Amino acid sequence: MKKLRIEDKLYLIGYNVDHEYNHLGISDPEMCKTCEKKQCTYVCPASVYTWDEKEQKININYDACVECGTCRIACDYITWKYPRGGFGVAYKFG
Amino acid sequence: MRKKDFDVIVVGAGPAGLAAGYVLAKAGVDVIIIERGKFPGSKNVMGGIFYREPMDDLIPDFYKEAPLERHIIEQRMWLMDDTSHFSFGIKTQKHNVEPYNCFSVFRAHFDKWFAKKVVEAGALLINETVVTEPIVEDGKVVGVRTDRPQGDLYADVVIAADGVQSFLAKSLGLRKKITPEKVAVGVKEIIGLSEDQINDRFGVKDASEGVTIEITGPFLKGMEGMAWIYTNKTSVSIGIGVIVKDMIEHRKNPNDLLEELKAHPSIAPLIEGGDTKEYLAHLIPEGGYYSVPKMYTDGFMVAGDAAMLVDSVHREGSNLAVESGKLAARTYLEARQAGDFSERMLSRYQEKIEESFVLKDLKHYRNLPELLEEKRYLLTDYPQFIIDAMIELYTVDGTPKPEKFRKLKEELKSRFGYVNLAKDIFTIWRKMR
Repeated sequence: MKKLRIEDKLYLIGYNVDHEYNHLGISDPEMCKTCEKKQCTYVCPASVYTWDEKEQKININYDACVECGTCRIACDYITWKYPRGGFGVAYKFG
Repeated sequence: MRKKDFDVIVVGAGPAGLAAGYVLAKAGVDVIIIERGKFPGSKNVMGGIFYREPMDDLIPDFYKEAPLERHIIEQRMWLMDDTSHFSFGIKTQKHNVEPYNCFSVFRAHFDKWFAKKVVEAGALLINETVVTEPIVEDGKVVGVRTDRPQGDLYADVVIAADGVQSFLAKSLGLRKKITPEKVAVGVKEIIGLSEDQINDRFGVKDASEGVTIEITGPFLKGMEGMAWIYTNKTSVSIGIGVIVKDMIEHRKNPNDLLEELKAHPSIAPLIEGGDTKEYLAHLIPEGGYYSVPKMYTDGFMVAGDAAMLVDSVHREGSNLAVESGKLAARTYLEARQAGDFSERMLSRYQEKIEESFVLKDLKHYRNLPELLEEKRYLLTDYPQFIIDAMIELYTVDGTPKPEKFRKLKEELKSRFGYVNLAKDIFTIWRKMR
């Protein structure tokens, strides 16, 4: 089978994106600058977090979140809530 | 008198919440189930194997009607390194006769069906609603706050079946913070293949018969985890779950790991030509017995993943969820009879769970997570030795077999030392006893 990139896979997931509410955040973005591992940028199965070298901050693409909560376990500074009722990922198979 | 909208509020329409809702509705209890997804199952993920028995006890012969994939007649176990795998397992016609042992299943299909049964039994189901916090008065849980306008709801008892994150159990202090070594991140793909392709590749007669493969060994590079492939009717579920702490330390991305798994020479031919239908991720509570919290307080009980009820050794979770949901509901029925929803009364729930297979199974393996955390080589060095030994024994190169066995014995001695080997065997035996 052809190797699939994460971006390709995210297209296969059904989402009901909430354009008015971001359920993910970082409580102290200053900490990201000194964070050595930046584990949020690689442990997330949907690659929601990316490090912006120029801006010196983590970008959060919350639309892609599959709500597993791995980031929240991996980093204490990530504030994680459920999306509002009915929004977010909606699996076909599960 | 205090305001009361329902007798019981169940939070979460997964297997635990739905099982609780079903028992309660059947008994004529006024019960509401609150689900944050568009429909029950839409947020749920599991490896994909569902055991019949706890569910059959709830809805007899459910398997004749429920949307299931294949019943499983063969379960294989692979020890795998980068180029090889050593396989063992069991295939039996005893699991090929009704009522069957277990099935491959999709949560989104199954939970939707199960929820329909629960609603038919008389429960009220509200989708697209997030429960934000418990409402506590005088130290008692009396209801929940939701994200709907004027969304407070009151009841005698709240059953939290709100999944691995369980903000409810946590906010009441029943659960500690989940630490990265106690939880695995699992990722999975559903890969579409034809019925014939699956039957041929997995050696079964038709689309009703299924096979599971569980994979561990040096392929995981010392990370604690498990990979799997399960056959569905016209697809396979392939996934891998690794303890979050290991993922962080090894600087691994879950999707990259899954792609490495798919490309393995033992696995690639099984999925060749397939097309990916869905990609999924979920956390799996892997802490076992010691991470199970106190499961009740005044007016409140916790069930399923929210109570960390997962037997990772046998990759069972949904059946533990069903059982715990059932027992929580039965405890409520006793409490209602006594007119007492206090902590003391609801403590019978924990007793029931302890007497059931749920905590007995978890207790049996209680020291295993710690053992594997300490002795990571049990997952790498021993499986690697077994793989290498099998390759050696099956390679015909002019060396007489007695010499091969002598070499293997020497190898075993130099790699591990007989004393260490004996110690490890003893430790494993003692911890699994």
